[in-house]
Amino acid sequence: MSDSTTPASGDGLIIQCRGVHKWFGSFHALRGIDMDVEKGEVVVIFGPSGSGKSTFIRTINRLEEHQQGQIVVDGIELTHDVRNIAAIRSEIGMVFQQFNLFPHLTVLQNVSLAPIWVRKWPKDKAESVARELLERVGIPEQADKFPGQLSGGQQQRVAIARALAMQPKIMLFDEPTSALDPEMIKEVLDVMISLAESGMTMLVVTHEMGFARAVADRMYFFDEGLVVETGTPDDIFHNPQQDRTKLFLSQILSH
Amino acid sequence: MTARPDEIQPPQPPPLLQWMRENLFSTWYNAVLTLASLAVIYLTVTALARWVVFTADWRPVTQNFLLFMVGQYPRDQLWRIGASIAILSLLLGSSWAIWGATLRTFGITLASMYVLVAILPFKSVTPAMRVFMLANPALIYLTYWLAKRFHWSSRPLLIGWIISAVMVWFLLRGLGVGGFLPPVPIGNWGGLLVTVLLAVAGILLSFPIGVLLALARRSSLPVLSVFSTIFIELIRGVPLISILFLFSLIVPLFLPPDVRFDRLLRALVAMTVFSAAYMAENVRGGLQSIPSGQIQAARAVGLSNFHTTMLIVLPQALRKVIPVIVGQFITLFKDTTLASGVAVLEILSIARSVLQGTPEYLRLQAEVYVFIAAIFWIFSYSMSVASRRIETQLGVGQR
Repeated sequence: MSDSTTPASGDGLIIQCRGVHKWFGSFHALRGIDMDVEKGEVVVIFGPSGSGKSTFIRTINRLEEHQQGQIVVDGIELTHDVRNIAAIRSEIGMVFQQFNLFPHLTVLQNVSLAPIWVRKWPKDKAESVARELLERVGIPEQADKFPGQLSGGQQQRVAIARALAMQPKIMLFDEPTSALDPEMIKEVLDVMISLAESGMTMLVVTHEMGFARAVADRMYFFDEGLVVETGTPDDIFHNPQQDRTKLFLSQILSH
Repeated sequence: MTARPDEIQPPQPPPLLQWMRENLFSTWYNAVLTLASLAVIYLTVTALARWVVFTADWRPVTQNFLLFMVGQYPRDQLWRIGASIAILSLLLGSSWAIWGATLRTFGITLASMYVLVAILPFKSVTPAMRVFMLANPALIYLTYWLAKRFHWSSRPLLIGWIISAVMVWFLLRGLGVGGFLPPVPIGNWGGLLVTVLLAVAGILLSFPIGVLLALARRSSLPVLSVFSTIFIELIRGVPLISILFLFSLIVPLFLPPDVRFDRLLRALVAMTVFSAAYMAENVRGGLQSIPSGQIQAARAVGLSNFHTTMLIVLPQALRKVIPVIVGQFITLFKDTTLASGVAVLEILSIARSVLQGTPEYLRLQAEVYVFIAAIFWIFSYSMSVASRRIETQLGVGQR
């Protein structure tokens, strides 16, 4: 079949994970994950809840620490070294299921906060970049409102703009549309699709199979802390090899 | 025929008479309750008013008014307190213009108290003092107007407050040398002056210490969290009065004999320590209410732990606990009276000495304590109103 199922090699690699393990107390959440992602790739991770997919993408910007194995992001290995963590985080943007916007700051402040305090940009520059990003996600007119005044879809687009403001090389999406009302899912997916088309490296945990079909380069099916199956969307949708993958797909595609 | 949806008007509030019929006289027992309440209110208010105006003998207050206000502060140096009041008025007016309604509450409270001092028949308040007191509301309004007119900004004002605090301290305390501003021993300060100084300094010091303790208690460093927890639980397990005694009697025993540490300052340290422990628990409540997603989002955009705390966690946490924090401020303000137990001449101990100093005043205790209670109520209530203003300004409880 396609050779993209085997770990890619060469100088284009931006994320390399080898045998990543993670325990929560005695619960073995990640049981040896291997993953390689090349620059510009869009990787969709899916699987039943509790399969470790969210935990896994959180280890990539070290919101969760892995306890065994190796994670290398853009040539920097994730260790306890605080400088490494800061360097990694400034290269990775993250979008959460619950948006997690800062409710006490305006939309513009939400987006310009990190550039001002982490990148040390002057306020003018940070704000003009923030306005451009809000334009890009389609809500420039909401800049001076507070997150609580926005719809869920608008909030999630602000969250995407906030992540992009740090000019990341990689974007992580943790079920970005799961908390949205159905009519708002499309506006968020549209932003993500245009981001994917612009060449951003993306790791997306989602059950939006339409999105996966449209833009994913590769898909990973997680179950019980393991990668059960990986392949191109074509492979996964039309020729799944594992029974668990078939069963899960039939469950989420049936309705 | 039914009206089209866009023709329907929102319901209007009912006219007064209809409102009264619906809310006060809807049933026979509601009517009885309304009338009974009216009767009770009428009787209480008239009785109180009659007592205040005709029965009460206000001589202990009127004749010792300056004593109640400033204690034994040298009478020929009173201009220094006046200057401090004027500085406060200038700052208050401009702060009201820039920081909004919260400061207006204090401006209005103080202005009305100044007017009362100017018009009530207090002995020993000279005509010059009365004119000065009347000038202060004008000063407040003048700087309010200037700040609005010329768009003063908030950073210089903040610096102004800090510089003024230092200036007022040296103004009241005096400089060591020269004939200008001879030193006034802190032992001579008294009355409302000391009460307000204790409360304001206690509030300003205990707030940041409390926040630091709360952060330390939640710290991942065991040294910090254990130390802070022990400190908080020790202090909270002990009555304030015993901490006051501890600091004023026992601590000096352990200090070298040449270190002299004024009573007032010892009381201030005790009150600060006590209040900070409670403040820490209030703030911790706010910190715990911040969802972990907020911290994850802050980390994910690359903010350091320090920035996450200062920019994301604390602003939200403090907002949530404003009512409790102000409650703590009010408690601290009223608890300054306990410092009378360690010979600090705050307003309550002045009241006691006035009552005991003149035999004929002994039967006039009610008048004196009503006066003291009124002063405490005015300050506490204005803090309470200010707290509600801050909440509306920050939109707490509206989301």
